[in-house]
Amino acid sequence: MTSLLDNVFNGLALGAVYALVALGFVIIFKASGVMNFAHGSLLLLGGYLTAVLHDDLGFAGALAVSVLVTAAVAGAMDRFLLQAGGGPDPHTAHVQTIVTIGVDILIVTDLSRRIGGDLLSLGDPWGDSVSGLGPVTVADSRIAAIVVSAVVIAGVFALFRYTTWGLSLRASAEDVEAASLMGVRLVRVRMLAWCLAGALAALAAVFLAAFPAPGLERTTGQIALKAFPAAILGGMASPPGALAGSLLIGMTEALVAGYQSDLHVLGEGFGDVAPYAVMVLVLLVRPTGLFGGKAAVRV
Amino acid sequence: MSERLPRARAIRMGRALAVVTVLCALPFYLDAFWLRIGLFSMAAAVGAVGLGLLSGTAGQLSLGHAFFLAVGAYGYVWLAGEPGPGLPTAVAAVLAVLLAGAAGGLFSPVAGRVRGIYLGVATLALVFLGHHVLLTADSVTGGFNGRSVPPLEVGGFSFSTDSELTLLGVPFGAEERLWYLGLGLFAVTWFTARGILRGRPGRALVALRDSETAAAVMGVNVSRYRSAAFVVSSMYAGLAGVLLALSFRRVVPDYFGLVLSVDYLAMIVIGGLGSVAGATAGAVFVTALPLLMTRYADQLPLVAAPGTTDGTIGPTEAARYLYGAAIVLILLFTPDGLHGLARRLRARLRSRRAAPPPSGTTAPSQPPTSAARAKEPTP
Repeated sequence: MTSLLDNVFNGLALGAVYALVALGFVIIFKASGVMNFAHGSLLLLGGYLTAVLHDDLGFAGALAVSVLVTAAVAGAMDRFLLQAGGGPDPHTAHVQTIVTIGVDILIVTDLSRRIGGDLLSLGDPWGDSVSGLGPVTVADSRIAAIVVSAVVIAGVFALFRYTTWGLSLRASAEDVEAASLMGVRLVRVRMLAWCLAGALAALAAVFLAAFPAPGLERTTGQIALKAFPAAILGGMASPPGALAGSLLIGMTEALVAGYQSDLHVLGEGFGDVAPYAVMVLVLLVRPTGLFGGKAAVRV
Repeated sequence: MSERLPRARAIRMGRALAVVTVLCALPFYLDAFWLRIGLFSMAAAVGAVGLGLLSGTAGQLSLGHAFFLAVGAYGYVWLAGEPGPGLPTAVAAVLAVLLAGAAGGLFSPVAGRVRGIYLGVATLALVFLGHHVLLTADSVTGGFNGRSVPPLEVGGFSFSTDSELTLLGVPFGAEERLWYLGLGLFAVTWFTARGILRGRPGRALVALRDSETAAAVMGVNVSRYRSAAFVVSSMYAGLAGVLLALSFRRVVPDYFGLVLSVDYLAMIVIGGLGSVAGATAGAVFVTALPLLMTRYADQLPLVAAPGTTDGTIGPTEAARYLYGAAIVLILLFTPDGLHGLARRLRARLRSRRAAPPPSGTTAPSQPPTSAARAKEPTP
């Protein structure tokens, strides 16, 4: 029973971190129709900056700088590399998706060269301390992950709902031309969306490298790939869906890893790929994800 | 105009003949390193043409191409080797291609219904699940260390170094022999793919890409064509997988990862979506660049010799940097890829020939820019 609670809590924490990354994917996709393959490298960049700067600036200062820098990099990438190509038509979205692959290769190569085989500590205040929550013992960093993610995600939803930018973003996702005619500055709205996604990725890096994990490695960025199924599960255009999808993916991964010994038929390390299996099953039943609406087609 | 057409045709034929002659003559002049680059490029081109058919022409984004390559490669190794049925290698190769097609067919419940980016990520799942299976199903795939590939043998002629063969004073090893096999398979791919694209199925697929509803109204069976595109593309991938396995002589699971899928996607976009020649050019570019870079990077400025680890840039990293930068720069300046670039150059040459003396104004620079801006239908 304790182990079940343990696993559920792990799943929740994992899901909360995936949600930060998946939300970034969804925001970018909603704003630009691009599948951002460079998200993993943005995450790695955020983590690396925090790791390098925390000695001089303290953890909070380093985190703030890294979030800002990562947001700026993401925004600049969109503004100068992606939007330079052309307008918002589906064919250019294809091309822009591949450009993000190129950017990803550049950033990851550079950071891997700097990180090498090291494990970098991010200097987070939780360290390896644990607390007892009822019958289970959990790492403080995991509690922090859940709390911070919840607060940040609520903040992002509030941005969508109550700010002019959020309204513009929703409007341009609905109908680009109409939004543009109503005076929405598409270029700026889109760039801000990329900045926000970059900031979320930098924040997620902290929790991905915190205590139960050994630290920031050069492969940490690949975890962002798990947020793909999370975003798809919920329906790519739906932020609440991304949240639900992330929790489902985190839960699946933690439970499969937790009950590994009972599932040995499926092979060792099935926990890592279980999210994808779940996603394929969901897509078989609901081809646009759990929360994705059916797009009306006008001929 | 009418009398120029046969001449243009003759020129085209002559050019094609020249290309074929040069390609056939290359093994007599190049060493194994260059031949291997050529082999990998040809294998990649076969796979890229298949992916181009699916993602470029039919508009179905697929990130699962590495999975189908793996099915082809491992299918051949298992069918032809021990443990396994130990079939004659030629039969095993054909069956491996069919197996890859069947794998694509099995995926059709998803491929027929799921669209756009959802399909992209669903196929991403294939890569990860496939990789997991390759690692765990030891008895078939050899697990982490993979399996060695039995050389192909057709009618007593072996595509390996087992028997000695010298042609015109040039010793023919495995690379030289496989080169001709690759050329033959690539020719088959080139002509079948162009046949599909220019015929009825190609038009149906393009109609599907542009508007599914309109295509359905015109009598295109939507889900059948969507699934068929997947099956055909998987068969090309399987063929590429067999060729890759033969060139590598050993298959390992880690090769068939997400990076490979992404490389194939980069190939068709760099080459220009929807064209066979573009996919081929992209495949050669993406395959050859890292190999050449790794070999010659130490002659570039700022790059250290291999093995030094004092924070300077090694050749492998330099290759990655240049690869990434090349993708970004090519797509930044020619969003329709190498194919579009070639078309624009040709248009510029033609316009210059049509109006020889530019009258000193800005006129000559005008046509290419307008060609770049115009959105053209994919051929």
